[in-house]
Amino acid sequence: MKTEVKLFENGKRLDGRKNDELREIKIETGVLHRAEGSCYLEWGGNKVIAAVYGPREAIPRHTQNPLRAIVNARYNMAAFSVDDRKRPGPDRRSREISKVTSEALEKVILLEKFPRASIDVNIEVLDAEAGTRCAGLTAAAVALVDAGIPMKDIPVACAAGKIENQIVLDLGKEEDNYGSADLPVAIAPRTGEILLLQMDGHLTFEEFENALDLAIKGCHQVADMQKKAITSKYQSNKEGE
Amino acid sequence: MTITPSIKRDYIEKLAEKGKRADDRKFDEYRNIEIETNVVQKAEGSARVRIGNTQVIAGIKLDVGEPYPDTPDSGVMTTAAELIPLASPDFEAGPPREDAIELARVVDRGIRESEVIDLEKLCIEPEEKVWIVFIDIHIIDHDGNLFDAASLASLAALMTAKVPAERFELGEDFPLPMKEPPVSCTSVKYNGAVVMDPILDEEQIAEVRLTVATDEKGDIRAMQKGLNGSFTTDEIKKVIKASIDNGKKLREQLHKSVGK
Repeated sequence: MKTEVKLFENGKRLDGRKNDELREIKIETGVLHRAEGSCYLEWGGNKVIAAVYGPREAIPRHTQNPLRAIVNARYNMAAFSVDDRKRPGPDRRSREISKVTSEALEKVILLEKFPRASIDVNIEVLDAEAGTRCAGLTAAAVALVDAGIPMKDIPVACAAGKIENQIVLDLGKEEDNYGSADLPVAIAPRTGEILLLQMDGHLTFEEFENALDLAIKGCHQVADMQKKAITSKYQSNKEGE
Repeated sequence: MTITPSIKRDYIEKLAEKGKRADDRKFDEYRNIEIETNVVQKAEGSARVRIGNTQVIAGIKLDVGEPYPDTPDSGVMTTAAELIPLASPDFEAGPPREDAIELARVVDRGIRESEVIDLEKLCIEPEEKVWIVFIDIHIIDHDGNLFDAASLASLAALMTAKVPAERFELGEDFPLPMKEPPVSCTSVKYNGAVVMDPILDEEQIAEVRLTVATDEKGDIRAMQKGLNGSFTTDEIKKVIKASIDNGKKLREQLHKSVGK
């Protein structure tokens, strides 16, 4: 990874944030009429829509589990979401993200309630700017709640990283490209269980501890916004009466 | 595939006999349409169109590439539509199927054949380098009439698109050269009733569909009939007339939304 690009100016990050500050986040639920549950989320320059279908019969049948439901998350980037047009359809990167997202969500969903079913979670990235997997998982969790899927907790994700030897929260675009480590984390905020953890780059053990701490703090901040978005849907329904 | 319950089919067909529709519209009346442009920052041009509950996003990307040998001094355009599983329980992941391909090709034809994009102005070096315009259509929420939503979104995205010449070190950015586009209107027929801008329930019981694209003079620029039913010539003429009238309204709204 290159480090010749300056990522700090006058002690502040390029976008003027402090080291432990998140980008701006906006969450909205129930944005699609066809899906069982849906969520639109803006996180800095990221724009993501998540939709949940199911529980419904898992197809093809050999994917069915007679004892529990399967979670089928599909992370997909729109062709126009990046600088150079991305070829439509899944690639190795999006398949991997789909897999780790599915696994993270499976941990909190009460799967035994729906044997042989699949719960399909579609995550569409419309505009991408570093941290789409965290944005996607966070949106997916809200969409699951909106769909009324029984869960033990509302999963939430946030990344921390290292730029110019400092640990910072929620890497922006340049920080992701030129920083020296990226650590996306998803947790179940009620219990603090870690549901997703990936890292690339270079961290000492101490730096990792700090980064993980910071990422978890970030997760809790985002979790509050998730809850606000969910309750505000019902609040506005009430006012509409 | 979702099976339409016969009780729903009966209900919609009975309403049609009384001259009514499930959402209280007139036969030739459109749902509320919203057009929003510049919704994706990474795209060179983008638009979100809502027709009732139907939601479509179109994004434009540009790249530099080689021209086709038979048109060495024109740019290239391609259109792709994705019926992503987000939009409907009936859509599946994977390569585009025939309905996504038909959708993309009908939109493509409306733009290509009437030369809406001035492709000759997108030539950089004849036979060597031209601009390639990618139109990508994402269906976000499916409640019928994807044809009109997709073509409106594509047009609004194209009309607000910028050619990113600076990024490719080819001089200054400039707006995508465009001519006045035709606007398409879709109708379907069921139980003898011909209705415009069908909702999904109406589409699912429809016997036949017709999309008509008209230009600013009220001339016809493209048509596509779909499904295995048939129209009488009188019905076709009526559909075209209604498409010209509604086309005018859609065109006004399109211009307002792109500020041109």
